[in-house]
Amino acid sequence: MKDIAQVVEDTAAKLLKIAATILPSEVKEALITGEKETEGSLGKSQLIAINENVGLAEKFSKPMCQDTGLVSFFVKIGDKFPIRSEVKTALIKATKRATEDVPLRPNAVDMFEGNTKNNVGIRGFVPWFYFDLVEGEDCEIIALPKGGGSSNVGKMKMIPPGKGIKGVKEFVVEALAAAGPLACPPYAVGVGVGGGEDMCMNLAKKALLRPLFEYHEDSKISEIEKELLTTLNKLEIGAMGLGEGPSVLDVHMEFAARHPASLPVGVVISCWALRHAGATIDEEGNVEWHPH
Amino acid sequence: MEYHLNTPIPPEELKKIKIGDIVYITGTVVTARDEAHLKALELHKEGKQPPVDFQGIGLFHCGPVMKKNEQGEWIVVAAGPTTSARMEIFQDEFIKTFRPGLIIGKGGMGERTTKACKEETCIYGYFTGGAALLAADKIKKVKDVFWFEEFGMPESLWVFEVEEFGPLTVTIDAHGGNLTEESIRKIEANRDKIIQGL
Repeated sequence: MKDIAQVVEDTAAKLLKIAATILPSEVKEALITGEKETEGSLGKSQLIAINENVGLAEKFSKPMCQDTGLVSFFVKIGDKFPIRSEVKTALIKATKRATEDVPLRPNAVDMFEGNTKNNVGIRGFVPWFYFDLVEGEDCEIIALPKGGGSSNVGKMKMIPPGKGIKGVKEFVVEALAAAGPLACPPYAVGVGVGGGEDMCMNLAKKALLRPLFEYHEDSKISEIEKELLTTLNKLEIGAMGLGEGPSVLDVHMEFAARHPASLPVGVVISCWALRHAGATIDEEGNVEWHPH
Repeated sequence: MEYHLNTPIPPEELKKIKIGDIVYITGTVVTARDEAHLKALELHKEGKQPPVDFQGIGLFHCGPVMKKNEQGEWIVVAAGPTTSARMEIFQDEFIKTFRPGLIIGKGGMGERTTKACKEETCIYGYFTGGAALLAADKIKKVKDVFWFEEFGMPESLWVFEVEEFGPLTVTIDAHGGNLTEESIRKIEANRDKIIQGL
């Protein structure tokens, strides 16, 4: 019988390494397409550098960007998975281990005590966990390390419900225009609509985990995603904000019910390095790595 | 145009360069982010000097991933630029006080920095954001590190010896030009047009 907590820790440490060093295949493809389709030399040279850098990271198993992000995990625990709260402990241990082994940049800074040097906050909360309880025997773990530069341009607004979906679109356009050249475009955009002021941001972040070019199953939503993709590229931010090449690689949206008086909209923006990696562990400790 | 600069960079060299030009730098480049800018300026106010002379060298907005090799020496793992806009609040004062020749970052800087670059003859260049391994490859030696214990890895002053570090796209020149500001004006005009059409 395998030590399940150890399997969770080993798996999570490896997921952090995969996320930091290898881009998901659809992101790589989108960036290569972007390079081919960019005509201006300023923008093209940026995408050439990005793609060369992505290749080096994978080849030498090194972090593609020096900002290896603030760590978060999306976890689904099945009813019959042998451990529960121990999963948290294992993920914290994995974060410390990956900081040494990959290495990841120590990015957890305490307001009063300074950098914790291991990516784990001394007051809890970091790494951040999104837990879900599901049926079955498995535990699914997705690691999402997110860079500070692109988190700094995230935005939330409670818009008047009377503005409706047009108001949602308007806010997304404003958020991306404000991000402009700041956060390493071309961007991937996650939009969360509804819920409360916190939930819309969670949904927006979760939307980033859906593979690029995989649109929402509800066609009412997927139509808006595609419309926003076209619209946002008309901002002409361009690669690295130099006005040439793609501004946005894709837009994903998630919707929740809202309070009648509220229309919360969250926009979470990822730099070109949209890093995440996942695996599913069964009750016996067998690991299935998600396609990457 | 393409320029290959050596530190300390003479002001007359910097004056030749215009926005949109490509430059490569060889010599000394020092990393400094938010905390290091603040501390250097505070020391100066107290009449003390920071441990590095910034005059004519490259100032790199970067928080690298570093590790120690078996001999206990620091080596660079990944070292791309961080978002420079955060330094806008004190970059002008830093330029006036310490006179760096070239600032390396990404995402561009604003009016205050542009003005200081013009007055003090300094330029600002983009290294491709996130291209941390390409950048690390141009760093030949880690000469020193300061303020590591106090600030931790990302915020320390790392003193690098670099060779042909680039390509850097110049977006602020020493004549008041700012390529990013031009981009932002275009993005804002596009935004207004898009919103009107929704």
